Amino acid sequence: MFTIIRAEWLSPGVKRMRLRAPLVARHRQPGQFVILRVQETGERIPLTVADSDADAGTIDLIVKVVGKTTAMLCAKARGEAIADVAGPLGRPTELSSDGHAVLIGGGVGTAVIYPLAHALRSLRNRVTAIIGGRTREFIVLEEELGAAADEVLPCTDDGSYGFQGTVADRLSNLIACAEEPIDTVYAAGPVPMMRAIADLTRPYAIRTIVSLNPIMVDGTGMCGGCRVNVGGETKYACVDGPEFDAHEVDFAALANRLTAYRVQEQLARERYDSKCALEVSRH
Amino acid sequence: MALTPKERMQITRQPMRERDGAARSQDFSEVNEGFTAEVARLEAERCLRCKDAKCIAGCPVGIDIPAFVAHVADGDLHAAADVLLRDNALPGITGRVCPQEEQCEQRCIRGKGAGCSVAVGHLERFVADWARTQSDAVAPPREPTGFRVAVVGSGPAGLTAAGELARRGHGVTVYEALHAVGGVLRYGIPNFRLPNEIIEAEVERLTAAGVEIVTNVVVGTTLTVDELMQEEGFDAVFIANGAGLPVFMGIPGEDLIGVYSANEFLTRVNLMEAYRFPDADTPVVAAKRAVVIGGGNTAMDSVRTARRLGATEATLVYRRSRAEMPARKEEVHHAEQEGINFRLLCSPVQILANEAGWVRGIECVEMELGEPDASGRRRPMPVKGSEFVIECEVVIEAIGTRANPLLTQTTPDIVLNERGNIIVDEDGMTSKRGVFAGGDITRGAATVILAMGDGKKAAAAIDRYLTGVDAPAATI
Ligand SMILES: Cc1cc2nc3c(=O)[nH]c(=O)nc-3n(C[C@H](O)[C@H](O)[C@H](O)COP(=O)(O)OP(=O)(O)OC[C@H]3O[C@@H](n4cnc5c(N)ncnc54)[C@H](O)[C@@H]3O)c2cc1C
Ligand SMILES: Cc1cc2nc3c(=O)[nH]c(=O)nc-3n(C[C@H](O)[C@H](O)[C@H](O)COP(=O)(O)OP(=O)(O)OC[C@H]3O[C@@H](n4cnc5c(N)ncnc54)[C@H](O)[C@@H]3O)c2cc1C
Ligand code: FES
Repeated sequence: MFTIIRAEWLSPGVKRMRLRAPLVARHRQPGQFVILRVQETGERIPLTVADSDADAGTIDLIVKVVGKTTAMLCAKARGEAIADVAGPLGRPTELSSDGHAVLIGGGVGTAVIYPLAHALRSLRNRVTAIIGGRTREFIVLEEELGAAADEVLPCTDDGSYGFQGTVADRLSNLIACAEEPIDTVYAAGPVPMMRAIADLTRPYAIRTIVSLNPIMVDGTGMCGGCRVNVGGETKYACVDGPEFDAHEVDFAALANRLTAYRVQEQLARERYDSKCALEVSRH
Repeated sequence: MALTPKERMQITRQPMRERDGAARSQDFSEVNEGFTAEVARLEAERCLRCKDAKCIAGCPVGIDIPAFVAHVADGDLHAAADVLLRDNALPGITGRVCPQEEQCEQRCIRGKGAGCSVAVGHLERFVADWARTQSDAVAPPREPTGFRVAVVGSGPAGLTAAGELARRGHGVTVYEALHAVGGVLRYGIPNFRLPNEIIEAEVERLTAAGVEIVTNVVVGTTLTVDELMQEEGFDAVFIANGAGLPVFMGIPGEDLIGVYSANEFLTRVNLMEAYRFPDADTPVVAAKRAVVIGGGNTAMDSVRTARRLGATEATLVYRRSRAEMPARKEEVHHAEQEGINFRLLCSPVQILANEAGWVRGIECVEMELGEPDASGRRRPMPVKGSEFVIECEVVIEAIGTRANPLLTQTTPDIVLNERGNIIVDEDGMTSKRGVFAGGDITRGAATVILAMGDGKKAAAAIDRYLTGVDAPAATI
């Protein structure tokens, strides 16, 4: 069992959790993730390791509630435990040095790019972070990113905070008027966002890395469920990725495969929510 | 009173009781019901007790088959179990999944010509199931030697090695990447062939004998082999991380929704229990019509699983003919009873999509057998213009696996062959001193019994290596 030693809400539906997982903490590098199972009969889901402390033996996860498993996980409080955590999995990020790196996080994608900020900074990069959310409430990790990045540029769809528009719009502006040319873009978020970023940087031939989020099962290369098409080749995101050259990724196939279990996911979520509601009304 | 050979010859092979095909294709309970004591005894009497018994050489771990069978005939199941367990730590498993018809039973003198071999596998299963219900099985562990061995992977190779090492008094820790133990026995082979209780009972025997099992550790990333030896204090390591990555055919349409590797499909159903969705959380696409590509045990398990998930049309597409199918005969027979369609001598060309990006069918082409290829089997060749479509919502590819590089990537001093499999010497030692390997990671996809044989052999070699008796020297 893996004990939760800290848990706090960052924004509505986004929780930061610190778990005791000494072996994962010891080896984890930026860009890697864990697969966890909240309880027996639970699903195995991948989550990026947002931060880790090898000495304390802890890892931090930033989780957005989107369905049953993430809801169950986020319902856990300090002192409670989760059944299984395996990792670190996936290839660490290939970090560039001595340049201008732009990190782009859409929604909980911000949790995925967050660990790169410190790492890039320590490799003498100038680091700009563009983070987006629907409204101000959904902007996460701004302060934490601010501690590592030279500049943090929040964007909201409704303009309630920072730039009004998408992170891609903001990047477009940045490309147009950056004092320093951009060497590398690292992006994580919903598939349409990543696709928009890829389309935007392609004509400028800016090296663009995306962290893909296909559905996974084992996370060790054993099932092939996480396969994505990159440059016409089949890659297993859990062992060959999750980061790939954005300009080579078949985003349409990825977006399609992510919808495979929509009906079942809805059913699971509804059953879970009504069970929770029942428990609340009992108390 | 012993029977005469003539009397023995008159007994016909006893059939295995099977649950009705239609009924069982709706659930995941075991197909075979096992022998009764009476039937087992009768079957055992069929054995001619050959002086020079050929069956023993057909067994990859050399079980003294005539001896255990004779004990069954005499009604001494204790003695029968002792003989079995001497050479095979997991008889309840091998009795169910070994390809006996290519091993012991193929050599059986009673199977020559029009005859039927002694049902060695069914008898093995009978004895093992009996022994499992006896509680006095655990032998007291030897005086601890103080040596510690790490085993990577909890499939048949790893479990066997762990048991053998513990028996010799070594401290053993098994590291398993998944949350559950058993390897392919757990995530691949379905309950209706190998119930989970049997794996659990074997694992309990191991833990009772002092073996420690740690799940959720992916050796290579969570801990490296070097760390196991240098920091965690292990004196030797046995690598049994299995075969690994599934291969896809590379035909158009493989990224559609509804296309699975057999590993994913079976893992979702067996390990994650998707058949119980929504009571278990992991879903699987359940189809009315499913097509499985391949002709081995994995393909057979997949197609029969799809059937049990509700496919009224479950079809197996195989590019050669029935004679070349590598699956166990009994599985092919069971699949037929369960109403599986066999489309032999045809090969997939592409998977077809509907507007929503889901599978709607698979286009295949008929094949004919040409000249024998490198494997000695006649090479299938497409028949021009014979393309046809099978409509379906799910396609499962069961065409093989290649070696998983996760562990070997981080241990560059372990020498691999060109296919990525670990090279070992006679003793199962790799090119890295103190590190041994066995099972599918050294052989490519093979069998449970061969994996167990490797585990056993390596355990003996590790014992010699640790205690300094005839210590093997690295020869690679
Ligand atoms: C490498 C990687 C890193 C990730 N890191 C984070 C992170 O740091 N924080 C975070 O909040 N989310 C992260 N995700 C996404 C997270 O795994 C999914 O949100 C989660 O699995 C949803 O599970 P659910 O049961 O709550 O929702 P469900 O209702 O099951 O699904 C909601 C959506 O999530 C996706 N999904 C469902 N099951 C899986 C699965 N087994 N594996 C992957 N995706 C799935 C599907 O698109 C689905 O439509 C990451 C995904 C990947 C692949
Ligand atoms: C569906 C299916 C049906 C089959 N049917 C039969 C049959 O009827 N009869 C028969 O004889 N054979 C059958 N086989 C083949 C047989 O199962 C294998 O040959 C056998 O399981 C190999 O054993 P193993 O111990 O080498 O590896 P596996 O059983 O593959 O076990 C390896 C274990 O190691 C774990 N692992 C992998 N990487 C790591 C790592 N880095 N760190 C820690 N753990 C790791 C895996 O999770 C797994 O649990 C079948 C195979 C399949 C897939
Ligand atoms: S999640 Fe199974 S191979 Fe990647």
